[in-house]
Amino acid sequence: MILYLLRRVLYTLPIMLGVAFLCFLLVHISPGDPLVSILPPDASAELQQQLMALYGFDRSYIEQFVSWIWRAVQGDLGTSIASGRPVAEEVFRAVGNTLMLAGVATLIGFFFGSLFGFVAGYFRDSWVDRAASALSVLGVSVPHYWLGMVLVIIFSSWLMILPATGAGPAGSGSWAWDWEHMQYLILPAVTMSVIPMGIIARTVRALVADILAQEFVVGLKAKGMTDFGIFLHVVKNAAPTALAVMGLQLGYLLGGSILIETVFSWPGTGFLLNSAIFQRDLPLLQGTILVLAMFFVLLNLVVDVLQTTLDPRIQRS
Amino acid sequence: MTSALTLDAKAQQAAVEAVQATFERSTGFWTGVLRKLVRDPVAIVAGSVILLLILMAVFAPWLVPSDPYKTSMINRLKPIGTEGFPLGADELGRDMLSRLMVGARLSLFMGITPVLIAFVIGSAIGILAGYAGGWLNTIVMRTIDVLYAFPSVLLAIALSGALGAGIGNALLSLTIVFIPPIARVAESVTTQVRGRDFVEAARASGANGFTIVRVHVLGNVLGPIFVYATSLIAVSMILASGLSFLGLGVRPPEPEWGLMLNTLRTAIYSQPWIAALPGVMIFITSISFNLLSDSLRSAMDVKN
Repeated sequence: MILYLLRRVLYTLPIMLGVAFLCFLLVHISPGDPLVSILPPDASAELQQQLMALYGFDRSYIEQFVSWIWRAVQGDLGTSIASGRPVAEEVFRAVGNTLMLAGVATLIGFFFGSLFGFVAGYFRDSWVDRAASALSVLGVSVPHYWLGMVLVIIFSSWLMILPATGAGPAGSGSWAWDWEHMQYLILPAVTMSVIPMGIIARTVRALVADILAQEFVVGLKAKGMTDFGIFLHVVKNAAPTALAVMGLQLGYLLGGSILIETVFSWPGTGFLLNSAIFQRDLPLLQGTILVLAMFFVLLNLVVDVLQTTLDPRIQRS
Repeated sequence: MTSALTLDAKAQQAAVEAVQATFERSTGFWTGVLRKLVRDPVAIVAGSVILLLILMAVFAPWLVPSDPYKTSMINRLKPIGTEGFPLGADELGRDMLSRLMVGARLSLFMGITPVLIAFVIGSAIGILAGYAGGWLNTIVMRTIDVLYAFPSVLLAIALSGALGAGIGNALLSLTIVFIPPIARVAESVTTQVRGRDFVEAARASGANGFTIVRVHVLGNVLGPIFVYATSLIAVSMILASGLSFLGLGVRPPEPEWGLMLNTLRTAIYSQPWIAALPGVMIFITSISFNLLSDSLRSAMDVKN
């Protein structure tokens, strides 16, 4: 087990290095001068040189990469060109909001996805199964940014029961878990939950159908076990895989939240990315992507390790 | 080593099983698949919708009732059913029906092209790595793993955000996003074929690597890889329109569904139905591609 853990962590290190390198390259595949957004059009060549040296753009790529990654490891992601504040500070403030949104969305998606999946797997080929399957296809096919707009039309414009944009009433600086604030979370979280819901429903349905077809279930029935007892056995067998899928979905949502955050003006990483892109604030873009991608790699690692711990049947090479 | 529990794990599994199936048949595996497909009502409906959409895209310039670019301040946001505007007018008074029809051209093009290019490049990389094996395989596949370590939406936005807005950059970003999953499938099916007796026999009879790949490998792996690639088109449609929705893809005044959705966001309180229309088109397209590729996959499943 310890050996497996060690190997898994060792395998992750080069991936992380590669991910960091790709994030580093982002600035360099970008056309034009990276300083273009802060330099006044009539800037002297001298000022330009000074700024180049300040941001380190005048050194060789390898030098830049090594010093960039060395500072990143220490938590210094550079300075935002647009705001002049440290990138790390801005990203970590936004990551909390995105994490909250994606976390709630994953929980909603997991709850309903497992519910539909279980029912569909138990009553295979019944109308419930067909309805659940249809729902999961809808979930993975719907353009979620559009779904967000439709929900705003229904719940904010027509029914006027939920706020359309933002993360709290005007003037309230920080988040709190009360209705005043939570009502702002409902529409974006429900919109976001549709994707994991469809995928988890599909996975759980296949899992439950597989498990029910196994011989030990027939054995349990022959032994006279109640339906509820068998249900518990199915849950126990399906849980590790379902939880693993849930963990990975959380990662996908964290990375993919930009579209939904744009629709709902949710002040998370997606919102930050959006402004970074349109103000051509490359250090901010780079830092945000790096943090999100690293989060995803680590989440993958944790899910893998947890799954192996939870489910001793999984033997990994 | 990495968890196989990604969104497309089942599709990848299907591709691998299809390769096994092609060995077990001697003739007519694909004929059988096609026969199953035409008997599947879902596949027929989804396929017809896709065909209609493609026909609409191709012939849109001759079919549109009015000029999709002609703005008119008097007709701004005319409701659905207004004389001369069967599906209303957008925020600049342009005819929605015409714009939705012409929009199919760019939307479908931007959704399908990246998957096709990624199919060619990803297959080439995967087949090369799978056939060569050894250190070349390790290097190629570990590089692919790095790209795979990004959630697809994040990678697409990172790349096109850095490259800047525009159709070409959006296509490039999406292609890079879809190469890793296709290369992975290509690698695993090729590795499987490489170990087969007939490849061994061909090598023993003196065929060189190029001939073996061309004659014995390609025919057995391209079909399953292509079927896997079709399952990515729905995602690609949503992502491509999503990039335009963010302002990273197609630029105004070109009609494209994602971009139209974005510019109509200001109208969701006054004309919600019109604002929602472009999204309905994206939804219909992606659901049809998803259903068709699901049917294709289950038609390939020899266990049924």
